[in-house]
Amino acid sequence: MKYSYFPGCGMEATGIEYAKSLAFVNRAIGVEFIEIDDWNCCGATAGHSTSHELGMALPARNLALSEQQRPGMPIVVPCASCYSRMKYALQAAQGSENEKLSRLIGMPVSGAAEIVSIMEAYSDPVAAEAIKAAIKKPLDGLKVACYYGCLYTRPPKVTGMENCEDPQAMDELVRLTGAACVDWAFKTECCGAGHHVDLPAESKPLLYKIYKNARANGAQAIITACPMCMMNLDMRQGAVNMAYGEDFDLPVYFLTELLAVAMGAGFGECGVATHFHPAKKLLQNLINNKEVV
Amino acid sequence: MAEKNLSSLSAANAVRIEALADSIGAKLHECYQCGKCTAGCPMAGSMDLMPRQVIRHLQLGLLDEALHSRAPWICATCYTCSARCPHDVPISELMEAVRQQAERAGIRPIRRSHLFTKYFLLPLKWFGKNHELTLTMFYNLASGRVLQHFSYLPAMLKGSKLKIFPARVKNREAVRRLMENCEREAERI
Repeated sequence: MKYSYFPGCGMEATGIEYAKSLAFVNRAIGVEFIEIDDWNCCGATAGHSTSHELGMALPARNLALSEQQRPGMPIVVPCASCYSRMKYALQAAQGSENEKLSRLIGMPVSGAAEIVSIMEAYSDPVAAEAIKAAIKKPLDGLKVACYYGCLYTRPPKVTGMENCEDPQAMDELVRLTGAACVDWAFKTECCGAGHHVDLPAESKPLLYKIYKNARANGAQAIITACPMCMMNLDMRQGAVNMAYGEDFDLPVYFLTELLAVAMGAGFGECGVATHFHPAKKLLQNLINNKEVV
Repeated sequence: MAEKNLSSLSAANAVRIEALADSIGAKLHECYQCGKCTAGCPMAGSMDLMPRQVIRHLQLGLLDEALHSRAPWICATCYTCSARCPHDVPISELMEAVRQQAERAGIRPIRRSHLFTKYFLLPLKWFGKNHELTLTMFYNLASGRVLQHFSYLPAMLKGSKLKIFPARVKNREAVRRLMENCEREAERI
């Protein structure tokens, strides 16, 4: 299966582990992501909070480039924020704003290609079968909380998600590794996203509540498929522990890291070695069949 | 709160508020103030006006109060409110439209949020891509929080999570022109 690929800026920097593990999984299951040549930043929240036009036009240029380079090929977008912006732009290009968008980006755009997330790409029956077949080191005994965050699911009129309060696609993929997914209340709560920069005091409680609920429901780790959520949940866990006098010890893994480790990838190879919150020990113990503390 | 003559205020602001709501396809009269948006809002605890109240102010014609509220700037655009509204009011999008109008009028109740957006877009205009180091340097200096995030730097560099030199698109001219076109278009409205 081939996809046109919009990596987004995070994959080249703070989300580098996502890029590494994704490449490993794709090789193992025979899926190919072909990067859109000369793609630009989708603008993220800064784009759409500046103006409706900017929020639509930045991702629309990427749609137009993909259409030009690989007409009709579905576009896979691993970052939740980029995914949301690309879906918004797709709807705008398909509707009454088409002419305006083409004028703003200086090239034609039709909105003919489908936008899919990593979860959607890997949930395809052929890909899911290949994942199942590639699991070499099952993660039986591991209990994780699948964290979807905001933008894969909401707003449903853009994402097309039927069950936006309790999505299941990530849970189903995680279960292929042998790990169990806990039932918890915060799988689609907001992590605070970029507000951890400009409104840190107001945003910390969001992370605290996510950790607290994950732990209360028996999770040993949190799984995400978004580089922004990863940065907040992983990098800021120490600061939240300090601010709240807590001792949360919840390694955070990209969905693709968990898949890659279960497929036999080395920790350095798939990114697990470079997290802020130590993430190797939990999986190492599990793989060595030692008892997980 | 001081007394307001709502009927005269409404008349004066009705056109501006209607234009604001129309620009995102929102029907303000659909909101019956049930408060479900506020109940589910993860940031409500820090807001001066609850999401429900922002809409109520707009319904009553109290545009200036809405424009000066911190709430639209605190909104994390997580869309929980929009997804749960029983009458399909796009609350998150309304918050954003209020924030944009305030920004255009030079009203910035939370200067740091204004700075974050401004400096996020700066490297984008230069390079066509986001560059965390440029954003952080400019934001930290302008916001006065010079050392914010500094402690994460060693781990960032060790894990190759920070690019010293920005990634750049080849056709930077196209992205710059796109952004200027959008600025012009937004000014016309």
